[in-house]
Amino acid sequence: MTEQRTLPGAAGLVGSRLPREAARRHARGGGRFVDDIAFARLAHVAFVRSPYAHARITGIETAAARALPGVLAVVTGEDLKPLCHPWVGVLNHFPGLKSAPQYPLAIDAARWNGEPVVAVVAESRALAEDGADLVEVSYEPLPPVLDLDAAQAPGAPVVHPDLEDNLAFALELDTGGVEAVFAEAALVVEDEFRFGRHTALTLEPRSLVADFDPALRQLTVHHATQTPFQMQDVYARHLGLEEADVRVVAPDVGGSFGMKLHVYGEEMATCALSVLLGRPVKFVADRLESFQTDIHARDHRVRARMAVSEEGEILAMDVVDETGIGPYSVYPRTSAVEGNQAIRLMGGPYRMPAYRGRLKVVFQNKTPMCQYRAVGHPVACAVTEGLVDKAAARLGLDPLEMRRRNVVTQDMYPHRSPTGYMFERLSHEECAARIEQMMGYARLRDEQAELRARGIHRGIGFATFIEITNPGPAFYGVGGARISAQDGCVMKMEPSGQIRVDVSVTEQGQGTETIMAQIAATHLGVPLSDVRVYTGDTRSSPYGGATWASRGAGVGGPTVMKTAQALRDNILDVAATILQARPEELALRDGCIVDAAGSVRMDLAELGRIAYFRPDTLPADYHPELTVARHYVPQGYPFAFTNGIQASHLEVDTETGLVRLLDHWVVEDCGTVINPLLVDEQVRGGVVQGLGAALFEEVLYNSEGALTTATMADYLAPMAGEMPDIHVGHVVTPTLTSPLGAKGVGEAGTAAAPAAVMNAINDALSPFGAELRQMPFTPERILAALGKI
Amino acid sequence: MDSLFPLTLRLNGQQVRHEVTQRTTLAEFLRQTAGLTATHIGCEHGVCGACTVMVDGRIVRGCLMFALQAEGAEVTTLEGLAQDAAMQALQKRFHEHNALQCGFCTSGMLITARALLEDNPRPSRDQVREHLSGNYCRCTGYQAIVEATLGAAGDIEEGAA
Amino acid sequence: MKAAPFDYVRVESLEELFSLMGAIGDDALILAGGQSLVPAMAMRMARPRLLLDVNHIPGLSGVTLGDSALHIGALTRYHELAASPEIARHAPLIAAAVPLIAHEAIRSRGTLGGNIAHADPASEMPAVLLALDATIHAESGQGGRTIPACDFFLGTYETALAPGEIVRSVSIPRPQRAERSAIDEVVRRAGDYAMAGAAIRLVAEAGRVAEARIALFGVADRALRCAPAEEALRGAEIAALPIEEAVAALRDALEPLADLHAGAATKRHLAGVVTGRLLAGLQEEHENG
Ligand SMILES: Cc1cc2nc3c(=O)[nH]c(=O)nc-3n(C[C@H](O)[C@H](O)[C@H](O)COP(=O)(O)OP(=O)(O)OC[C@H]3O[C@@H](n4cnc5c(N)ncnc54)[C@H](O)[C@@H]3O)c2cc1C
Ligand code: FES
Ligand code: FES
Repeated sequence: MTEQRTLPGAAGLVGSRLPREAARRHARGGGRFVDDIAFARLAHVAFVRSPYAHARITGIETAAARALPGVLAVVTGEDLKPLCHPWVGVLNHFPGLKSAPQYPLAIDAARWNGEPVVAVVAESRALAEDGADLVEVSYEPLPPVLDLDAAQAPGAPVVHPDLEDNLAFALELDTGGVEAVFAEAALVVEDEFRFGRHTALTLEPRSLVADFDPALRQLTVHHATQTPFQMQDVYARHLGLEEADVRVVAPDVGGSFGMKLHVYGEEMATCALSVLLGRPVKFVADRLESFQTDIHARDHRVRARMAVSEEGEILAMDVVDETGIGPYSVYPRTSAVEGNQAIRLMGGPYRMPAYRGRLKVVFQNKTPMCQYRAVGHPVACAVTEGLVDKAAARLGLDPLEMRRRNVVTQDMYPHRSPTGYMFERLSHEECAARIEQMMGYARLRDEQAELRARGIHRGIGFATFIEITNPGPAFYGVGGARISAQDGCVMKMEPSGQIRVDVSVTEQGQGTETIMAQIAATHLGVPLSDVRVYTGDTRSSPYGGATWASRGAGVGGPTVMKTAQALRDNILDVAATILQARPEELALRDGCIVDAAGSVRMDLAELGRIAYFRPDTLPADYHPELTVARHYVPQGYPFAFTNGIQASHLEVDTETGLVRLLDHWVVEDCGTVINPLLVDEQVRGGVVQGLGAALFEEVLYNSEGALTTATMADYLAPMAGEMPDIHVGHVVTPTLTSPLGAKGVGEAGTAAAPAAVMNAINDALSPFGAELRQMPFTPERILAALGKI
Repeated sequence: MDSLFPLTLRLNGQQVRHEVTQRTTLAEFLRQTAGLTATHIGCEHGVCGACTVMVDGRIVRGCLMFALQAEGAEVTTLEGLAQDAAMQALQKRFHEHNALQCGFCTSGMLITARALLEDNPRPSRDQVREHLSGNYCRCTGYQAIVEATLGAAGDIEEGAA
Repeated sequence: MKAAPFDYVRVESLEELFSLMGAIGDDALILAGGQSLVPAMAMRMARPRLLLDVNHIPGLSGVTLGDSALHIGALTRYHELAASPEIARHAPLIAAAVPLIAHEAIRSRGTLGGNIAHADPASEMPAVLLALDATIHAESGQGGRTIPACDFFLGTYETALAPGEIVRSVSIPRPQRAERSAIDEVVRRAGDYAMAGAAIRLVAEAGRVAEARIALFGVADRALRCAPAEEALRGAEIAALPIEEAVAALRDALEPLADLHAGAATKRHLAGVVTGRLLAGLQEEHENG
């Protein structure tokens, strides 16, 4: 703590590289994750899962499992029906989006390999698994729908007979005139891009303990979730409980990346089982279950073309994106969002006048697909940036120069993209200039030429990006989802003068609590060490959206700032009353009340003592208000876009097809940087997830639809040995829509890293005329592109 | 069938006696029976490294040993290294460099990093990356972990000098 | 992911081991390093009724130097192989293979005997033993026998061990003539099982290849030697190895089996690349003395 106590005055806090107190705690082994919490009478659940991608359930035999000592209950989908209302993942603002009712456990038919069918509750997880082994489910296999084309073919088997076909959602965006532009363009480049399925692979698996009190009909859920309020609402409505009787607590959460905010059958079943049994029930997904049931992401096939003038001016893009989402649109956010964002973000950094984007979202018998870090962005970015590079190569333009010629320039803001996104102010030109200098671009190009002559094939790839952050008030809620887009904060001055902050945004390691403390300390005028921030408990926290879509700092920040300012005013009012001065003459600095001359008049502990314990010394009818609550609704634009550029430098071994990442650069503009230490590592973590997508990660199924990458030895995640150093630079364009000027940063890294790697690989392989468009870029795909196999 | 077996071992420097079933892994024993929750479980099949602890002076995967195999052994977890100078140097640097976000991988990373510094007090950047390459972290970009480890190596050397 | 219930015995002697194995039969499994067996049990792919922990049987571990061979106890762990001066001197190929296997924490526990009994086709050690012309000493309640490495590996997770038989030790003949060896593999991430790999040993006589052994792993259902490629090298000057011919012969002869991440064509190609690079390295080493 000593470091923090010697910090300079509060004014300097925003923008400082402050380490997190939570990091000190975790480094000493003091984390408190769901699975670390002890409960009396705790029962454990394991699930019997469908071994088939698609099958009718014709019978379930549970007697042997029930007879096993230690087994407390064996429960089927039918059994849970009266306890839990089904859910449907559709929202009104995606007209035409369809999905089927989903139950905690499959009823009648199983629709993906791993779908939970029967729940077995026992005294320990091992016993529950023993019980699950004894349950016999009979299935009649049905033809699985796996491939995107097969799903859409006439006469294809359908995932949900009631929905008639496998098309969950379609969307077309068109500025008009696209065909004419293509017909006349000097150059048209086109390609098909493929994006493998991946999964979030948080190190802490999905975990919860549901604890139902039958006497009061109150449910407390300790849940590794990003969105406690959303889950409170879901549990209350679907389990038929009063909202006020449901408490969701998110303790330390071991990574989430968008994966821990969806509604999963296992979670609903666990809560329903606790209601049924009247005792706490724990579900911690094991790794196999995580691979089978955590939402997957991506799985897109995009056919795209770009029309370009002789001078290298991008005139139009025409894009068809098809994406497979598994058997259900995921509740409550829907699985239309990723595709929707992908086709809207295409060409986003550029001044492209004409655009047509068509989206098809299809059902399949695979694990449900939904939002994971950088929703849609990596798809849009790779397609756009891949075509930009291709066009540049055809025109003989340097890729960075091609980008310079096309980005939306400073004189054009505010700018509206052809897909309707509004950009307040972005900084593409500055970012490009900055990265060029950071990476020593010219020198790298010289080195590349020199090495190429010696048979060493290095490549440099760029990717310009925009990122959606701080979604505004019209997100999800307009579609009818009970997902809040505002946030709340309660701030209290303790008698000691220390500050307690309860805020509705949550922490999964990004540093939300530190950032909120920095903001509170700055705007109150107290030392950082006097501020404590609490998040994640619906019982003590004001209501809000919590953490998703890179909104924690951007929306939570102004909430805390506003609350801090209000509390400061109240404190000064109390001080003025005590000191018989006027509030305007006083200020709060470093935890002390100072006057206009800067002399310390009293400290907050003294103010607290008087306000709380000696109100008798204050004027009659004076009531010190030392707790305030404020809410903040994001204003102005539907989103606060950020932007930036990434560059990858790598070497391809053209004999083995292995790619060695040498260096990676990111220059990004997230507005005001509240804590560069945290922002930089957020960016790096995001980049590494993007690098995983580019080189390693791919969920695979066999021809029957069985998941074949079900262990961490088969699903290849990026590890320290293969990752490059990642150099992060900032350009700062504060958003004027928020008093803090900060936008989000959580997804920028992931958005563009795959595109940069793709372009770098293709750059390295350009002497061979080889080009890769299917992620991940495995040795096999590279060797095939080189014609070696 | 599960039955309870006595298990005696030195745990974090103390002789302890517990009872465990045959199929309880060392990691489960540490977390559930001994209440030492710094050790995390991320995969239960040996790949992620979250469960890394020390047995008889060497790092091992806590999920790939049954607790009964530790009979008579010396087992050390992060909790037991609170007074260890090398570990303290690593912890300080992990904090300063923000070498963790969610913290789920951290205990395994720290113990693995400490084993490296014991064997090789002045590792290169590549050696650190290679040595840590069996420990998965989804949150950080690994770079802060590498830098923190290198920083701690320097601190330890200075402290020793 | 919890193992199915089992009984556990910490076995104190070979006699006890064999009598338990005899009594229980196939339902009993030996627990050595546990680095393959424990995950398989966690996934309930292995469901022994009785687990026989052999880690405390005296005499199963360690490296001893005999007159004509190096003897390595089955329970010798990877980290011990890497640290052994005898191995560094008389079978450096084994020491070179260890860093390619998994990661330090796994090398703390995994054993040579467990590795070969497990017979993973992508594992390094079986190929190393083929290249080194090793023999495996198997033992059962009925006594011991010696199995040449080339007859030991029969398929994916399949060996010549009979029911009730264990790996007791491995012997590596001490080099009689000058020889050089090397191992490498293509992996996407450090420590992964190989997409394709090769272990090579060249025995030299008067600057020429008297004997060549090329053992491949990660390409078929077991580690295997590639006779046509070895043939191509025999008699050649070490300073001018016919690398291209050897690689071509290897690719001609090899009929790889695809795995999750690489098809047969990829494996054939990669096996050739690794072999070619290893041979080039050996040639260069020779030139540099
Ligand atoms: C993350 C991870 C990565 C890995 N990567 C690699 C790699 O790259 N290369 C590689 O080669 N291996 C790798 N392994 C496996 C590792 O090498 C194992 O240690 C090895 O395969 C088995 O040895 P063990 O001593 O651990 O055997 P165990 O797991 O104890 O046993 C394996 C099998 O052999 C039997 N057995 C054991 N000892 C004997 C004996 N003496 N006689 C008869 N039967 C016996 C057992 O009953 C069991 O069926 C990896 C493991 C993990 C967890
Ligand atoms: S939990 Fe042991 S290695 Fe993952
Ligand atoms: S900090 Fe979250 S997994 Fe490493």
